[in-house]
Amino acid sequence: MSQVGTGIAREWRRFAPRERMGRSAVYIATVLAVVLSIRSIQIIPEFLRDTPEQIADLLVRMWPVDWRFLVSAAVGAMIETIHIATLGTLATLVLAFPLGVMAARNIVANPAARLGAKLLLVASRSVNSLVWALFFVAVFGPGALAGTVAITFRSIGFVGKLLGEALEEAAPGPIEAMVAVGAPWPSVFLKGYWPQVKPAFFSILLLRWDINVRESSVLGLVGAGGIGLVLDSAINVFQWRAVAAVLVMILVVVLLAEVAVTWLRKRVI
Amino acid sequence: MDALTRRALGTVPRPADWGARLRWLADRHGGRVAVILVVAYTLYASSVLGFTPARFWVGLTHGGVFLGRLFPPDFATRWSDIQFDMLESVEIAVLASVVGIAASLPMGLLGARNLMPAWITWPVRGVISVCRSFHPVIVGIVFVKAIGFGPLAGVLTLAVASVGFIGKLFTEAVEEISLKQVEAVRATGASFPNVLIFGVLPQVTARFVGFSTYQLDSNLRNSTILGIVGAGGIGGTLFAAFQRFDYNIVCAIVVIIVALIMVGEIVSEQVRKLFQ
Repeated sequence: MSQVGTGIAREWRRFAPRERMGRSAVYIATVLAVVLSIRSIQIIPEFLRDTPEQIADLLVRMWPVDWRFLVSAAVGAMIETIHIATLGTLATLVLAFPLGVMAARNIVANPAARLGAKLLLVASRSVNSLVWALFFVAVFGPGALAGTVAITFRSIGFVGKLLGEALEEAAPGPIEAMVAVGAPWPSVFLKGYWPQVKPAFFSILLLRWDINVRESSVLGLVGAGGIGLVLDSAINVFQWRAVAAVLVMILVVVLLAEVAVTWLRKRVI
Repeated sequence: MDALTRRALGTVPRPADWGARLRWLADRHGGRVAVILVVAYTLYASSVLGFTPARFWVGLTHGGVFLGRLFPPDFATRWSDIQFDMLESVEIAVLASVVGIAASLPMGLLGARNLMPAWITWPVRGVISVCRSFHPVIVGIVFVKAIGFGPLAGVLTLAVASVGFIGKLFTEAVEEISLKQVEAVRATGASFPNVLIFGVLPQVTARFVGFSTYQLDSNLRNSTILGIVGAGGIGGTLFAAFQRFDYNIVCAIVVIIVALIMVGEIVSEQVRKLFQ
């Protein structure tokens, strides 16, 4: 009886040694990164000292909010912003679909094609929409076209990646059944895969539209159309009261877009 | 006579049941109607924004010329600038993530409706959604005005963005926890902080780490553009190169940014796996 458990001191631990070491490494790396960053980042204390005064000054200059500016200049630009976001998302629908399908492991067997699709998706995601906008302003000239194409190019990676993952998670049962009865590939895709990923796909697209409304509000800063242009010029001439009005309008539109997306996802999808 | 009798006699017009008609239309022709609406909207919006095929084709020929001027990437000419600014971008992302994560932990707990009374959750949720609603570049403009040019404005900007993102998701995660464990801890007579530490946090730690690493990724992406408004990082150099038509340098910077973000994505993926 007394031999049970003797010899080996057993102690329960939650994680395996490798996990524990990995976690410790993450903690140490985090602390190291933070310390190094704080030591080498350039912060000018003089600037920091008068921050509260500067913020107070900014708020005073913004008051009273110049609502009339909205009617005279900003509402049209805001509508243009929404058009840019929506058209960009619709173009994404067309372009991200084939790439997302190509990136799914269970659909495309050819590793080269899959790698190609994944590389395109990663490249699209890694370049910020403002940088895409800079590119397309150089290509198409300043205006909403550049902004729309920039939004599209940034969204392809996001939608395509998530669509690919949704396709990879599709239940194999219905697909095997269809293959077993000799269904041609288009039927397998349309009746096997598509119904399974359709809600996810539209939900991803709606989510991206929401993000795109937010992102297209700044594209004007680099000349790609929309409300950003109005905001930039108001800031450049220090019309802070107009800036405040534009900021409030952006806030309202973005919140409304979010509410609309939440509602649509609940009701329609 | 009551209302029903009057309606039966035909003295009151029957209300048109638009709900049922719309439902019928949606069931029967929903897909087709949606496609027609989308196509009509596309045509309308394209004409409003002044898109024409001609403009598109001109753009594509420009695009060819532009691509030719991007290559080969020129890493050498401004290498010291690029190196310094790139490092600054990473530092901004790291510090902003730390500040943002530290701030959004209490914000997320305060915003959870299953833990806190409404008079606390509503203001907190309001702050979180304002933080999320503005694009970092807009917040950046305001901070550059308030603090002056430099990386500090970038750090604060991205910290605000982090609170908006992690705060929202963390609030939702806390609202989805199982209350049984919380009650069990509370039944032992634990104080409120102890209920949080032993009842609530263990249920959401893994997700919190997940959100945080996503946000680190996102901050890394955004820290590369904040320079456009003067908030530090590589964006300033990138924007300047664009304005000087130094497209070879632009190409080099974009290649470095893409490489950095890919590395960041791989690292955060590994960290997420480790903490699952």
